[in-house]
Amino acid sequence: MAEIKTAEIKVPPLKKLTNYPEKLAPGHRLCAGCGASIIIRQMFMVANALGYELIIANATGCVEVCTSIYPYTSWRSPWIHNAFENAAATISGVEAAYKALKRKGKLPTDKKVKFVAFGGDGGTYDIGFQSLSGALERGHDFIYVCYDNEAYMNTGIQRSSATPKYANTTTQPVGSESLGKPQHKKWMPEVAAAHGIPYVAQVAPSHWKDFMEKFKKALLTEGPSYINAFAVCPRGWRSKEEEGILVTKMAVETNYWPLFEVENGKWRITHRPKNPKPIEEYLKLQGRFKHLFKPGNEDKIKELQEEVNRRWEWLNKMEEISNREE
Amino acid sequence: MRPELIKEVKYVPYSGNMAAAEAMRQINPDVVAAYPITPQTELMQFFADFVANGLVDTEYIPVESEHSAMSACVGAAAAGSRAMTATAGPGLAYMWEVLGIASGMRLPIVMTVVNRALSAPINIHGDQSDMMGARDQGWIQIFSENAEEQYDNLIQAIKIAEDERTRLPVMVGMDGFVISHSIERVRLLPDKAVEEFVGETKVMYPLLDVDNPVTHGPVAMTDSYMEFKRQQREAMMNAYKVIREVGEAFEEAFGKKYEHIETYKTEDADYILIVIGSTAGTAKYVIDKLRDEKGIKVGLIKIRTYRPFPYYDVMDAIEASNCKAVGVFDRAETFGAVGGPLYSDVATAMYLRNKHYPIVSFIYGLGGRDTNVHHIEEAIDKVMQAAAGKEVPFINYLNLKE
Repeated sequence: MAEIKTAEIKVPPLKKLTNYPEKLAPGHRLCAGCGASIIIRQMFMVANALGYELIIANATGCVEVCTSIYPYTSWRSPWIHNAFENAAATISGVEAAYKALKRKGKLPTDKKVKFVAFGGDGGTYDIGFQSLSGALERGHDFIYVCYDNEAYMNTGIQRSSATPKYANTTTQPVGSESLGKPQHKKWMPEVAAAHGIPYVAQVAPSHWKDFMEKFKKALLTEGPSYINAFAVCPRGWRSKEEEGILVTKMAVETNYWPLFEVENGKWRITHRPKNPKPIEEYLKLQGRFKHLFKPGNEDKIKELQEEVNRRWEWLNKMEEISNREE
Repeated sequence: MRPELIKEVKYVPYSGNMAAAEAMRQINPDVVAAYPITPQTELMQFFADFVANGLVDTEYIPVESEHSAMSACVGAAAAGSRAMTATAGPGLAYMWEVLGIASGMRLPIVMTVVNRALSAPINIHGDQSDMMGARDQGWIQIFSENAEEQYDNLIQAIKIAEDERTRLPVMVGMDGFVISHSIERVRLLPDKAVEEFVGETKVMYPLLDVDNPVTHGPVAMTDSYMEFKRQQREAMMNAYKVIREVGEAFEEAFGKKYEHIETYKTEDADYILIVIGSTAGTAKYVIDKLRDEKGIKVGLIKIRTYRPFPYYDVMDAIEASNCKAVGVFDRAETFGAVGGPLYSDVATAMYLRNKHYPIVSFIYGLGGRDTNVHHIEEAIDKVMQAAAGKEVPFINYLNLKE
């Protein structure tokens, strides 16, 4: 695996980043407070700063339907939508075409391009899982970015394998016999890392410096990278539009959404909250968990706290083991 | 063909899979994404050998499923490269969603389909249910009778797909095992001649042109979706002309005629058989036999282009004969409908000309069931009875154990 020489390549300061032309045009139809558009813009900022053109394959989902309503497009970068479950396979084909045409001298040599597959958690954790796994295993030179808003939000808040336990969704709703989703969330970045790919990271747009550093590494990585991005969904989570970044921050500060990376097999937690807040601080900002605050459900919140702790401990162990000197 | 290349023409003992792989080697596509499935597997193995030995410049993507094979081809073709794949039966069924995307995005992908039965029960043998199931997915569909036709058709398919008037994907089918795995004499054209015939990839709106960013595969709402579909019909109608032109160009270059249909002894025929694929070969043999032995004048229409369906070509051939009745052979079922899919198309063709010949529908060869000389003789006997005004079952199964 090629070593990532990222230290000498710096992401410019924010002031400079905001000077680059926006590649996601204003006027798209994403909801106010949506996390996905922030993720896209942060991706483009890094790419712009480092001189990369992004060529994007977008899975069906909120972002796709809100940015490409014919005859309009919000994309000032080459962009393709194929279907729901095949963004990774689609980008495999684009990347292969690039390699073939480059080898035949049919493409300009002065361009730095990077291939990005972009999908929600439904298109990544669930229906697009096979396609993603195949593309990671084959080692295409691309970045897979999952904007994880923890349910099928485009179609109306249906549960996915990214939905956390006890969240209220329309396909596993809270009712007299139900407390919402009965299962915990899938640990998707860990699953991606199990492919042995050069770079995996989990990010949150509230911690944008961390985000940009990681996206930079992914850009500079030869081969596949996987980035799992926290994407607040005010509509689906029943959170306040203006509190999107607060909710995101709270996800990180409670360790619900640990920020970490796996670089050539070495696990590293990139942000350690000094005094991690209890999970309630995250849950209480969102209507999807409000039933958990009814008397008698205290043990359910405890259970969610235990799952947070379990993953955090597991990540810490992975960090320790993978960095151990022989 | 340039005279100096003629001496490089080779006649080789090849199977359909070998011939198709050889055509792919000579076409030398930029990207091939494929997933192995019997009876197509061997084709991909041959092609993988070409890749492994540097005989092609192709980026070969051994994907994890047929769905991803077609998805990667969509990405590769939209990127501006020449993309090919191959599949069979259930693999084509698994691709189904992306087939419509490839045609809807007007991407000139070319694919071999080694025609195989659909499950259940699972069966790996020859059957055209796979391509018939995909017939409304907006692909140009061409069927080959033998290995050499598969080779020739694939080469022509590149030009048909990439033509500005079509910009549609093409699938070229050959019957599983009977063609794909049988060795026969195949005429191979010189590499250079094929290269010149297919020419440089005709690229439109490539995704890889970062200076002119294009959005591929947008959302089309109720106000525009229908117009996209109407344009696809237009392209398919254009394809009828383009397929003919490419066939003429092929004949001019290589001396072998390809039309939408092939007729065999129809001019003076009293009875017409309409067949797709390898069984056309057996039918020709039976036609000669009956003419020699009994003086019964039967003719054959072999459908080469299935979509766009050559309604007028079929009717021109029927009307130019002495046709008293028609036997239509379907190697696919259409449960709950009248006859097989080919039957419906032939009946429509007659309706368009306001002609009403008696048609006897035959379902044959499902899941690789043999269709031998005597089965076709049996079918012809039924067609003759229908011509004589006798009561004949509407749907007849050949070589069925009843």
